[in-house]
Amino acid sequence: MSIWEYANPVKFMRTSGAVLPWVVAGAVVCTVTGLVWGFLTPEDYRQGSTVKIVFLHVPAAMMAINIWVMMLVASLIWLIRRHHVSALAAKAAAPIGAVMTVIGLITGAVWGQPMWGTWWEWDPRLTSFLILLLFYIGYIALWSAVEDPDSAADLTGVLCLVGSVFALLSRYAVFFWNQGLHQGASLSVQSGERMSAVYRYPLYLTMLGFGLLFLSLMLVRTRTEIRRRRLAALQAREMRA
Amino acid sequence: MIALLRRDLRLAVRAGGGFGLGVAFFLILCALVPFGVGPDTAALQPIAAGILWLGALLACLLSLDRIFALDHEDGSLDLLATSPLPLEGAVAVKALAHWITTGLPLIIAAPLFGILLHLPGAAIPALLVSLLLGTPALSMLGAFGAAVTVGLRRGGLLLSLLVLPLYIPTLIFGTEMIRRGQEGGDMAAPILFLAGITAGVLAVIPFAAAAALRVNLR
Repeated sequence: MSIWEYANPVKFMRTSGAVLPWVVAGAVVCTVTGLVWGFLTPEDYRQGSTVKIVFLHVPAAMMAINIWVMMLVASLIWLIRRHHVSALAAKAAAPIGAVMTVIGLITGAVWGQPMWGTWWEWDPRLTSFLILLLFYIGYIALWSAVEDPDSAADLTGVLCLVGSVFALLSRYAVFFWNQGLHQGASLSVQSGERMSAVYRYPLYLTMLGFGLLFLSLMLVRTRTEIRRRRLAALQAREMRA
Repeated sequence: MIALLRRDLRLAVRAGGGFGLGVAFFLILCALVPFGVGPDTAALQPIAAGILWLGALLACLLSLDRIFALDHEDGSLDLLATSPLPLEGAVAVKALAHWITTGLPLIIAAPLFGILLHLPGAAIPALLVSLLLGTPALSMLGAFGAAVTVGLRRGGLLLSLLVLPLYIPTLIFGTEMIRRGQEGGDMAAPILFLAGITAGVLAVIPFAAAAALRVNLR
């Protein structure tokens, strides 16, 4: 029993099909409960009701970064071990990550307007998220531009590797360039930095919910990609016959 | 390798506008900026460094698709790939040729354009050093982008979408260095960062670009 067994599309389809309903149910329960619970939390004494944006903003921003890391790992697996499911999972994850980045940016703007008095500020964190969005867009555009699926997987894989290095580099470069308004880490294991428990527990729940939401969306999209691949193979076989 | 370099340079010169076109584009950009923001020294001086760097970025970008496209069309890229010279070496040489035809003329012309944009004289050494350290990375990253998009029919727009985000760190440290030169600040940190990025890019990107080329030639 090893994880590489799921590189077999048939096995992947069977297992993911069995797991999918549970993941979807978990995502719905965690996200909805977390958001409702978050909405019912008391108002912050300084930020008022706007503090509730945190329950969308933080999980979306967290997933935006984690999805890129997942794409990096999937691309590496594809480039090294040539498992097609891995390449398709990276392809399936990219638009979800882009949407998460947009959600993070928009909720941030909505939150920043009453708190900082501006919709947008060239703050390092905001800027590096915008750069991350550019990398997502370039990655998705390259997938759709290359016709041959294997070449597309190879090229986007290489782009993902190079892009990861430069996204990270840009993140530290923008800190050099401008000091920001955005607060530092609100939840940190090492420094013991944490917000009040009233906000923390619903936040954990929505973070878990967004993680499961991503997992379910990615599984659905990967299954679609595999089916599309099978259809194309069937059509090609029909043409040859 | 030297033969390939000489061939690329000769092609660039004889095709017309190898050396001149990038600089002419740079000149037009510098001439248009005052129309956009007004001719006052007070308006131009703070943005001069940024405009010069953006001009270098865009001038570099315009000629990128020519690094591999023509060779791909007439098949000489396949010959290069099967020749004893490693493809990584060919990529590096082609990036060098691109830098000599676009980066180097820009660096030579940059002080003049700096004067046009009222960049103070104290900042001109910083401008020169930052361009000298930064533009090789631009050419090499551009060669990577060109290698990724070489087989595509509408590669031009995609190329800029892929390459420009990769230019961000170089742009940040390049302009930061000129800004510090202007204010007489300490330039050691941006110089080191800029040189470090360029050295890293020159060392690693040829392999990524050659891998992308091999995929596209498959």
